[in-house]
Amino acid sequence: MESQPTNVPHRPRQELEHVTIRFAGDSGDGMQLTGSEFTRATAVAGNDLRTFPDFPAEIRAPAGTLPGVSGFQLQFAHHPVYTPGDVPDVLVAMNPAALKANVKDLRVGGLLIVNTGAFTDQNLSKAGFPANPLTDGSLEKYQLVQVDITKPTETALHGSGLSTREISRAKNMFALGLMLWLYQRPMEPALNNIRTKFANKPDIAHANEKVLLAGHAYGETAELFANTYVVKKAEIAPGKYRNVSGNQALAMGLLTATKLSGLKGFLGSYPITPASDILHELSRHKHFGFTTFQAEDEIAAVCAAIGAAFGGSLGVTTSSGPGIALKQEAIGLAIMTELPVVIVNVQRGGPSTGLPTKTEQADLFQAIYGRNGEAPVPVIAAATPSDCFFAAIEAVQIALKYMTPVMLLSDGYIANGQEPWKIPAVSSLPKIEVKFRTNPEGFQVYARDEKTLARAWVKPGTPGLEHRIGGIEKDFVTGAVSYAPENHERMVKIRAEKVARVAQDYAPLKVNGERTGDVLVVGWGSTHGAITGAVEQLRAKGRRISHVHLRNLNPLPNDLGDLLKGFGKVVVPELNLGQLVQILRSKYLVDAKGINKVQGKPFTVSELVARIEEAIA
Amino acid sequence: MSDVVKLTRKDFQSDQEVRWCPGCGDYAILASVQKVMPELGIPKENIVFVSGIGCSSRFPYYMNTYGFHTIHGRAPAIATGLKTTRPDLQVWVVTGDGDSLSIGGNHFLHVLRRNVDVKILLFNNRIYGLTKGQYSPASELGKKTKSTPFGSIDAPLNPLHVALGANASFVARSLDVDPQHLQGVLHRMAQHKGSAVVEIYQNCNVFNDGAFDALTDKATKAETTVRLVHGKPVVFGAKNDKGIRLNGLSPEVVKLGENGVTEADLLVWDETNPALSFMMAGLGPEFPVPLGVFRAVNRPVHHELELAQHNTVLQSRGEGDIEKLLNAGETWTVE
Repeated sequence: MESQPTNVPHRPRQELEHVTIRFAGDSGDGMQLTGSEFTRATAVAGNDLRTFPDFPAEIRAPAGTLPGVSGFQLQFAHHPVYTPGDVPDVLVAMNPAALKANVKDLRVGGLLIVNTGAFTDQNLSKAGFPANPLTDGSLEKYQLVQVDITKPTETALHGSGLSTREISRAKNMFALGLMLWLYQRPMEPALNNIRTKFANKPDIAHANEKVLLAGHAYGETAELFANTYVVKKAEIAPGKYRNVSGNQALAMGLLTATKLSGLKGFLGSYPITPASDILHELSRHKHFGFTTFQAEDEIAAVCAAIGAAFGGSLGVTTSSGPGIALKQEAIGLAIMTELPVVIVNVQRGGPSTGLPTKTEQADLFQAIYGRNGEAPVPVIAAATPSDCFFAAIEAVQIALKYMTPVMLLSDGYIANGQEPWKIPAVSSLPKIEVKFRTNPEGFQVYARDEKTLARAWVKPGTPGLEHRIGGIEKDFVTGAVSYAPENHERMVKIRAEKVARVAQDYAPLKVNGERTGDVLVVGWGSTHGAITGAVEQLRAKGRRISHVHLRNLNPLPNDLGDLLKGFGKVVVPELNLGQLVQILRSKYLVDAKGINKVQGKPFTVSELVARIEEAIA
Repeated sequence: MSDVVKLTRKDFQSDQEVRWCPGCGDYAILASVQKVMPELGIPKENIVFVSGIGCSSRFPYYMNTYGFHTIHGRAPAIATGLKTTRPDLQVWVVTGDGDSLSIGGNHFLHVLRRNVDVKILLFNNRIYGLTKGQYSPASELGKKTKSTPFGSIDAPLNPLHVALGANASFVARSLDVDPQHLQGVLHRMAQHKGSAVVEIYQNCNVFNDGAFDALTDKATKAETTVRLVHGKPVVFGAKNDKGIRLNGLSPEVVKLGENGVTEADLLVWDETNPALSFMMAGLGPEFPVPLGVFRAVNRPVHHELELAQHNTVLQSRGEGDIEKLLNAGETWTVE
């Protein structure tokens, strides 16, 4: 048995395999910060983990109301985990509205920690509780732990000179300290972060630190919990790790790919949820030769990226579905002029403004088909937060090699979700080769590389290669404006063939499970974790089931057709009404069945297990 | 140093057949631009023409420079991405009244307020030509066109007011068929650092023929136009016998020698005074139409500000390093 520090009252430790915790509070309560700090400590403690922040579209909905509730869920475990957890084992509710909005999700018998300090008559009525749920017996099926977080926070900061508002905002640190104690997580990551974050505001740093320690000490001294809990380290591949969100990883991928290519990078972007963080991240990295441009609108954003690509830089634009809709005409121009541009769509609930802060995968058709004319682009999708890094590099590689715009799909779930990431060795990253044509001898604008069918990239400023490109159809060879009927068909076909040839570079499909069997689950994008978890459970039940997750949605991999033939049934879970499934059905004439959900929320593992069983019954 | 490049007008003519309607004002503008280009002393590979959609936007195909014929209204945005990443290039934008003031209005405003160093040729024929004759945002109220058979009920935009309002650092107006004047303005635009716009009155002889006849006819033009020259009194008339005087804050036309008016009473043109620029760009029908440079000022140029930020960050943080990037923040090691 491990020795206890002598100054701590003895409290038995219960060992757990995995825990799912949800922090919920008012959107001004700092729940995202609490969650991400707990996550850092948990990562440092050596658990595998996944997180899911869930916040309202309003920045500050009226305090204490249901629309203002913000949540952060994480699952951590002694074993590999693929999702932020289906059902919380623990709910920390900072006020009545947070309780009301979340308690129905809590596992029966789960631990419910509430901040009684916020359970005033006024807050109860704002949340729509006719009676106080803490006393009316309605929470009996949970282990209710009542903690007044408000008062000890105020006590700890009494005489600190901080305003009432600042003191109130420190409550989340008390909750964090308490939870770090309860799950025996290290305090250093949070303490270090507070000191760094508030380096210029020492009084705020000191206050947060004080309240954090007070919360921790409160756990130790108050007789609230019978146990503390331990989740042992997971078996994780050796190496150096960090936490990363999808948007962070995507930004790092773009910076890395630009650097690997030796090009200058240019991002044209317009603020939009949930993609703006990529703009923010890239804006901080001018020393990577990356220029960011906050354009006047979505169209200008992509157009500026196209202008940069014309000038010999890597052009990038980032947005979400509604913004992509606005960019489509310009993407058509990049297809026509064959310029390398990466278009990132961090998908959210649609159509129109839809559910700006919630996740969905309903922009696949938009990505593949959403332009006028025959206008194919390669489409690739990231599967997990850290995968956004590699997906971004792949998107850049394809764009540069094939001289084409590339659509890169992420979504709100992986964009904001975090996971521990084994930092790759720079030497393991691909070389990205770029050639600019400088030789005027025999130059023709649309002369093509035999293997890739890409046209040559010529930088303006190169003597003797002056030429004009544009959105009007051009002659197959010379690039002069041409309305000739046969020429147009020939150009349409060669542009399609060029994009089709992207598939020649794909690695063979990786299958989780046997390459033949009863059931193949075909997924794409952020459903990777839930599908992986579900397929593992079904296999444990004796099912002959495998999982293939498509990184490349257009063109589809050349070996996909044969793989599909090796299974009796094909099911396709998607957070839309059935888009990939329709493509698979039409392209491969396979009787694939869709499993669909459009609630702005990801699949849970248990839900997928049930629905896959239903689909293959 | 071989900085001076000896090029001729022919060097700037592409191999493409020019396909505007016979008699179109665009021919004259093209000729002026091709005349001016070799005089700038810039290698032609360092010049780019970017255009949107419309008759005017076919322009790049006829210039033997680098060229990009883009999509409707978006040329300023594309030019911004190009100029920001390639400050070494001289970037010209060719656009029309529909392209820049309707569908591309937003980009037109923002390229100007940012002071992106691009030179914008705004061909204003007050009509949609390529789509065969609908009214444009510059068409006069009451204008009868295919889409306004009973007359337009939309008040027109004044392109110069839009440009001045967006804080363009160089704003001018010229005429398609006055090569000498137009070429003078083009030279000044080429020298200007920052965003420069010239509104070029251009005759669409098919859908809006004669829109500017009063300004171009030999018989009338001396009375109907006034040439603005920085530092000089604002004088016009066939005999240079008229001028514009400020009466308090209001301009008025006066005759020299009448009622004791002398040249000393006239407004002295100052292209750096925003109030005068705005006033002169909006003179009513009782005044001659001013041509020339309405505004020319220096203010920080977009790509220079960008470059300065890059250099500052580079100096303080050093060249970006992938290894450091990936390993930034909190890390931990699993043994």
